[in-house]
Amino acid sequence: MTATTTAPTTATPVRATGRPPARLRDWATRAPLLPALIFMIAVTQLPFVATLVISFFDWNALYPKARHFTGVDNYRQVLTDADLRHSVWTTVLLTVAVVLVSLVLGLALALLLDRRFRGRGVVRTLLIAPFLVVPVAAALLWKHVLYNPEYGLLNGLLHYVGGPQPDWISNTPLLAVEAALVWQWTPFMMLILLAGLQSRDQQQIEAARVDGASDWQIFRHLTLPHLRRYLELGALLGSIYIVQNFDAVFTITSGGLGTANLPYTVYQSFYQAHENGLASAAGVLVVIGSIIIATFALRVVSSLFREEVSRA
Amino acid sequence: MSAAVVPARRRKGVGLGLVAWLAGILFFLPIAWMALTSFHSEQDAATNPPSFTAALTLDGYREFFGTGGGASPWPALLNSTVASVVSTLCVLLLALPAAYALSIRPVKKWTDVLFFFLSTKMLPVVAGLLPIYLFAKNAGMLDNIWLLVILYTAMNLPIAVWMMQSFLAEVPVAVIEAARVDGARLPTVLGRIVAPIALPGIAATALICFIFSWNELLFARVLTGVVAETAPVFLTGFITSQGLFLAKVCAASLVISLPVLAAGFAAQDKLVQGLSLGAVK
Repeated sequence: MTATTTAPTTATPVRATGRPPARLRDWATRAPLLPALIFMIAVTQLPFVATLVISFFDWNALYPKARHFTGVDNYRQVLTDADLRHSVWTTVLLTVAVVLVSLVLGLALALLLDRRFRGRGVVRTLLIAPFLVVPVAAALLWKHVLYNPEYGLLNGLLHYVGGPQPDWISNTPLLAVEAALVWQWTPFMMLILLAGLQSRDQQQIEAARVDGASDWQIFRHLTLPHLRRYLELGALLGSIYIVQNFDAVFTITSGGLGTANLPYTVYQSFYQAHENGLASAAGVLVVIGSIIIATFALRVVSSLFREEVSRA
Repeated sequence: MSAAVVPARRRKGVGLGLVAWLAGILFFLPIAWMALTSFHSEQDAATNPPSFTAALTLDGYREFFGTGGGASPWPALLNSTVASVVSTLCVLLLALPAAYALSIRPVKKWTDVLFFFLSTKMLPVVAGLLPIYLFAKNAGMLDNIWLLVILYTAMNLPIAVWMMQSFLAEVPVAVIEAARVDGARLPTVLGRIVAPIALPGIAATALICFIFSWNELLFARVLTGVVAETAPVFLTGFITSQGLFLAKVCAASLVISLPVLAAGFAAQDKLVQGLSLGAVK
């Protein structure tokens, strides 16, 4: 990192002349920020407040006249409804499985790519590609081209070795969705962890090697502690994106076979069942879940961020 | 290092290089297979065991582009282009001044503002979906591509502010101050000093915003219909099987993913920084 000279201490801008009054100057500094700030508040914060309000109403869009305030009734219904409770569980299972597996695979791939070998750039490009397929297209690819029980590639390859010909999506629906998501998210984890590996202190590793440390010892005692925060960051950012996943569930199983996660359930309860109040309550629950993850995520980001600033 | 250790280490290195190649090929295999299938006839695409050496044809692409009688994807592709490109331009227009006020000439408590932007990114899309839908319905903006432009701008603005803040922060303040002392005005400073250093980063930011907008499904699915349908919504038409249609699906998926693949490879070096919201460089 060259000159990252934006440490809070240099926050006082260049005072060329002392002519304009201090307050005016403050506003002149703030002005470039305001359009973006106001736009963000209007488009992201206001709708959420509206969701919060609607979540306290019994409101079916098909019977708009019957709309009335019900307090926490929607929440009681959401939390006691077997389908909705199941979708909370599905969301947790989906997120944890995809994040953990893609993190482990991503770490293995990052370690492989951190070494020098012929064609490293090409392999890196090949590995990033799955992340750069439009999510719906990727889900269609897995659903029709790989999983299809009659002529999908997976069963085609199994055919060669005389293996069974399972109907992947019907037999293991959640696993089918998870595998497709792991394929897309492993490159993401790999990129973050690779950046972590490349920011290691090479001199320290060289010194350890000279002192006779084995590869495993170096990995266990130097690399892994250094990677800890990158692993945390990957896990948290991955969780934030995958908790919200809609595309894969919608495309591969259409929320059927017990794979409906919370975003899909919210979509369904207002788009198909027109239950505005219930959908809002479920939406608020998704937000509470995200805030819990986000609190940790923000802490990790801010610790990495502070390190960047102080390194300047 | 003694002479005996070197060959052993090298042999291990070659072995691990092969493992890396194998992993890369394995991960790329579905995409390669998708590309190959898109050039097969529908009959050859639906065989078990798979036919690797079947004759190549452009029928899948012809079918996809609607000359075979199906719905044309051109309106959807055009909508996606408008939504992604215009929203990316809006993002740049809003994020550049904001990033300037957060790095080169920082406001007080600039880190708090930065983290406010980040926190909005952690609010799930579904949380605001219903009110936005109701608003659009009452304002007569359902099935209107400009609504998506606004939403995609909001979706990408936090990422863009974070990325650009970190790129602009790389511009040395001393150089800017020196130019100011020499009497350079703000436009000159921005054009001559800031832009050359920050431009590659700004370009990468734009590409990443483009990717996210192009990929988005949930908003587009709920808020658009026949007129403003985007490319991912067009793809959802392939969710239910329609007889022999693998070559067509593969052609469609590939064509619609091409802009993202191109933008992603172009932004490869800065991709991590964008995806990790600027936390990793």
